[in-house]
Amino acid sequence: MKSGTTFIQGNEAIARGALYAGLQFFAGYPITPSTEIAEILSEKLPKLGRKFLQMEDEISSMCAIIGASLTGLKVMTATSGPGFSLKQEAIGYAVMAEVPSVVVNVQRGGPSTGLPTGVAQGDVMQARWGTHGDHSIITLTASNLQDVFLMTVEAFNLAETYRTPVILLFDEVVAHMREKVKIPEPGEINVVERLHTSVPEGTNFHPYLTREDGRLPMSDFGGVHRYNVTGLVHDMWGFPSNDPKVAYDLLHHLVDKIENKADLLARYKEHHTEDAEILLISFGSAARTALHLVEQRRQRGLKVGLLELQTLWPFPRQLVRRMCKGRTHVLVVEMNMGQVCQEVRKAVIRPERVYLANRFDGASIAPADILNVLNMIRGKGV
Amino acid sequence: MAVKDYMRERFLPHIWCAGCGHGIIMGNMIRAIDQLNLKKNDIVVVSGIGCSSRMPGYLDFHTMHTIHGRALAFAMGVKMGQPELNVIVPMGDGDALAIGGNHLIHAARRNVDLTAIVMNNSIYGMTGGQYSPLTPTGKKATTAVYGTDSKPFDVVALASGAGATFVARTTTYHVKEMVDIIKAAILHKGFSVVEIMSQCPTYYGRKNKMGGAVEIMETFQEKTVKLGSKKAEADPELMQRGVFVQEIQPEYVESYQALTAALQKTAQKGRGLGKGEHHG
Repeated sequence: MKSGTTFIQGNEAIARGALYAGLQFFAGYPITPSTEIAEILSEKLPKLGRKFLQMEDEISSMCAIIGASLTGLKVMTATSGPGFSLKQEAIGYAVMAEVPSVVVNVQRGGPSTGLPTGVAQGDVMQARWGTHGDHSIITLTASNLQDVFLMTVEAFNLAETYRTPVILLFDEVVAHMREKVKIPEPGEINVVERLHTSVPEGTNFHPYLTREDGRLPMSDFGGVHRYNVTGLVHDMWGFPSNDPKVAYDLLHHLVDKIENKADLLARYKEHHTEDAEILLISFGSAARTALHLVEQRRQRGLKVGLLELQTLWPFPRQLVRRMCKGRTHVLVVEMNMGQVCQEVRKAVIRPERVYLANRFDGASIAPADILNVLNMIRGKGV
Repeated sequence: MAVKDYMRERFLPHIWCAGCGHGIIMGNMIRAIDQLNLKKNDIVVVSGIGCSSRMPGYLDFHTMHTIHGRALAFAMGVKMGQPELNVIVPMGDGDALAIGGNHLIHAARRNVDLTAIVMNNSIYGMTGGQYSPLTPTGKKATTAVYGTDSKPFDVVALASGAGATFVARTTTYHVKEMVDIIKAAILHKGFSVVEIMSQCPTYYGRKNKMGGAVEIMETFQEKTVKLGSKKAEADPELMQRGVFVQEIQPEYVESYQALTAALQKTAQKGRGLGKGEHHG
């Protein structure tokens, strides 16, 4: 892939990031506003000797990437809200069977068909709880295209490291805007490759026996180890089990391997936070508006700062609690009815000081939308 | 090798009821694989959900027990990922034709080199005997207390119409024929659909007062005939068995590999001419 500075669309930054991370197989289904990812990859992947597949629907795209991942390939699919709903059962399978995979959701207005070309950030909770049952999942986001590229590479790295589906939760504005992106040289940023088992042929390989360091080395389908993969509760052989002890241990493993690493997985950016009396917390394209407002108010002497979250799940509770401590007010800026705001309130010592500045009407949040709330909480009137 | 040498004895006993036809199909699938001298490491068995779909767990191949109806979609990814592997997809009638119907017709349309085995016992067994899209008209089930209200799919006609390049039907009564058909299906380069009539004495048989396993299997003998036989001509009501479609058409993964190879060649040529890398 060509390195150097380029001027591209958000969806292309995702495609470029995926190729940089070593994407070998993509399956998808057309849906606004993520379609360009499939279009770009349908052109680029075969030229690199890699594979693109347009499937007959959303869930089959997710299923196909799981199948391909088990043969040893780095895989991705991309969709938007309605398609994300349709993929959920297979995402749960990837969680349960611990199959590295990357799922892009370019959010649009919902529920249902909603606002196909409108911006929204209403799928934060669906990314976390979309599939049924207790589980954990990693979800990353970004507000500018350089970070979109970096977070896409990061998503592949974390999928391989933790053997889990990773959700890239972008939004329509980020995906459709164009911006300067510096494509790094190969090797300039770390790319994690799949961890294969060192168990030799003829020796028992336990596909679901976690190593002491918590990692679970894999063996590719077609390789020397033959094992069973299932969405049922399973033992270390990958064989179904109804044993309560097996079920208890497996669920704990699936949740703990991610939740216990929440601090390590926290990706974030701080803007003017050191002396900030008021802290804004935002993510995705809403964070661009929040940053604009912070810089504008700083010029007028208001001590306001911004914490931009790039890891949404596992929620960086410790980070948020630490960052909010001692501020007079915390203002969460997002384009939904308060999905991250609720998490912030759960994380902080004084939830009554956490306020919400939001929009959920398909229009991008404006500086005035934030300023109005800011003035209100400072007792200045709107 | 013996049949048991292809099985994971650790995972036995199996979950199938006494008299279930699925064990016969599993045994014959193993015999077919053994007679073809295929290596265990070259075989992937992918299933969905249902009684039939428990089969992969018992088999000493690369095995995947996935989600309801989507086995072919997972298999599509496996085949694209490692095209040299033989991918066999056992499915139940509800799994393959109801929730998974879309994937069946699209796998057929693409003519991807997978072997789909539809284990048709005319009922949802795992959930306790509800009617499926292959339950014959008027038959009873726990959700068809007054008899089914619609006609079943003809799997052979459906698969043929959708573009499958190998389509066959047999039953658990005709075991030698079944081995030969499964062998031919695995060897076929392209999408193969094999419908195998199987018996579910526990639910389908009991609900419809058809007797036990033996009685149901006898109906497979009585009510089916060899494709193109004189008997078939004499009585068109009888269900025909045999290979209905067997033709060579471009196979999906092979065609895709040819495309990638050609594109890479062009790209190298472009670089050779000093045009520089203009894509990628």
